[in-house]
Amino acid sequence: MLFGLAIGAVIVALVVMVSLLYQIVHSASPAIDRYGVGFAFHKTWQPVEYKLGAWSLIYGTLMTSVLSLIGATILGVAIGLLLAYMVPKRVSAVIGPLVEMLAAVPSIVIGLLGIIVIAPFVVKHVEPALHSVLGFIPLFGPPGLVGNSVFTASLVLTFMVLPIIAALTRDIFLTVPSELRDGAAALGATRWEVIRGVVLPTTTGGIASACVLGFGRALGEAIAVAQVVGATTVAHFNIFLQGYTLASIIANQFTSPANNLHLAALYYCAVILLLFSLASNLLAQYIARRSRYSAGL
Amino acid sequence: MATYPDPEHALTPSGNLRRRLAYNALFEGGAGFAAFLAVGVLLLVAISIAAHGLPVINLHFLTGSLPPPSGGVGGIGPALIGTLEMVAFVIAITLPLAVLIALFVTQFASPRVGNAVRMVVDVMNGLPTIVVGVFIFAVLIAATHGGFAGWKGIVALSIVILPLITRATIEAISRVPELLTEAADALGVARWRTVIGVILPTASPSILTATILAGARAAGETAPVLFTDSGFGQTTQLNPLHAMPNMPLEIYYLITTLNFQEAWGAAFVLLVLILATNLLARTFLRRAQRKRGL
Repeated sequence: MLFGLAIGAVIVALVVMVSLLYQIVHSASPAIDRYGVGFAFHKTWQPVEYKLGAWSLIYGTLMTSVLSLIGATILGVAIGLLLAYMVPKRVSAVIGPLVEMLAAVPSIVIGLLGIIVIAPFVVKHVEPALHSVLGFIPLFGPPGLVGNSVFTASLVLTFMVLPIIAALTRDIFLTVPSELRDGAAALGATRWEVIRGVVLPTTTGGIASACVLGFGRALGEAIAVAQVVGATTVAHFNIFLQGYTLASIIANQFTSPANNLHLAALYYCAVILLLFSLASNLLAQYIARRSRYSAGL
Repeated sequence: MATYPDPEHALTPSGNLRRRLAYNALFEGGAGFAAFLAVGVLLLVAISIAAHGLPVINLHFLTGSLPPPSGGVGGIGPALIGTLEMVAFVIAITLPLAVLIALFVTQFASPRVGNAVRMVVDVMNGLPTIVVGVFIFAVLIAATHGGFAGWKGIVALSIVILPLITRATIEAISRVPELLTEAADALGVARWRTVIGVILPTASPSILTATILAGARAAGETAPVLFTDSGFGQTTQLNPLHAMPNMPLEIYYLITTLNFQEAWGAAFVLLVLILATNLLARTFLRRAQRKRGL
């Protein structure tokens, strides 16, 4: 009886997953038939003239996700190390939940904050400063007129992904046997040398899978990014200019498509997004399974 | 005559060691700064939402009906009630499913089948929430030419929340001491009675915490309800067959209609609701664990 119910529940989940994959590809089929794989590399997005290509969206999605992942990995792993090894248990019992709570802030609230507080601040202070220091790199070109930019979206995503990476890596670091660390410490290694020489090499796989998981989260974030990315279907190399992502264009245009092909193209965007997130998810699971300390990812 | 090290300088690091300690200090400082930054951002979020939102809050705002789409003054009462009802439905759907799937994975399935199901749950966990919204729109609205409805949003939210509770439940069940299940087995207790009498009660604090956290997550998700439960009226709607007002979508509309004053107030209420629930769930779990001596 209980067994039957359990099987039933598993079947429900499987049916949902399979019909999700089928339904989205099916709804996208008019656009898939018309544009084929070239859709992903075509640059213009003109729904009214039936000229639809997702290149700028894919570019924006990867750009924001990679940039935010770089920031979130550095900060998240550092926080994970701090919580696992460097502060007393009492302190980490306060900081840990606070960092995790950052992940509980709804994306719409972050979006509101993004438009009104973060974007104006970024365009007035952060972007000019970065441009004057790193301006020789084409990525950090002259700031745009408004704060909505690929950079602002990446910044917002960084703080949405950071708590995930911090919590996961902390749990991974806690599973490293203390004998390994104590051995290095007994040889006179400083704390940094213990981490650099013992902890990081043994947990590389676990950290990598946590990062890939965070990358998947950044790819799929729609609402907060839609508020601050600027909603322009042009792929600029300068990250201080406006852009668009797959998820956020769906959020903005799905309810009022110009025509049926436009709607199908948005479904096609969902298919691409789904492929990206499936790939990153399975990659994370694969890495986690191959590595020894992965905190049950 | 033995030479003793100079007592003035024996214990001060020099050369190589000084460089190593400097590296260490740099690293520790960096990690501390990272944590400071993350907590600082949380505080900044909380403070600026409170600063903008608090002045808007009064009894009329909390209970009054939604402002008209053209803008103007109104409240958030219907959205607040709608969100609470939707979350209750979502939990009522996902909790039994999640527990059953977790039981299948941990109790009934062979390790191979169990791992396969676990993989499916993890893939489901990684689905972008906007894709779930698009999917529900495709099957429940576009295919049937139906309208927006609360229950369609509830289904979309359930798909988002299900893997969260399932994963936590699998983990909670696998942390139940084997001694307990073996004792039940030795007494000749049937598997299903062990499950109901031993495994679930022992794992229940963790399952409950995960459920509350997932409920808080559902209360704040905009993307799954955006294409499934929009177009609601200004007044309270308790019937899930009609479009139900809810907090995240109401904030979304307030932002798109540039009604920022009201948006801040609603965002403040939603944030307080979610963070308070989080805090409660965590303290509950800690107390339950302490009671059981874990």
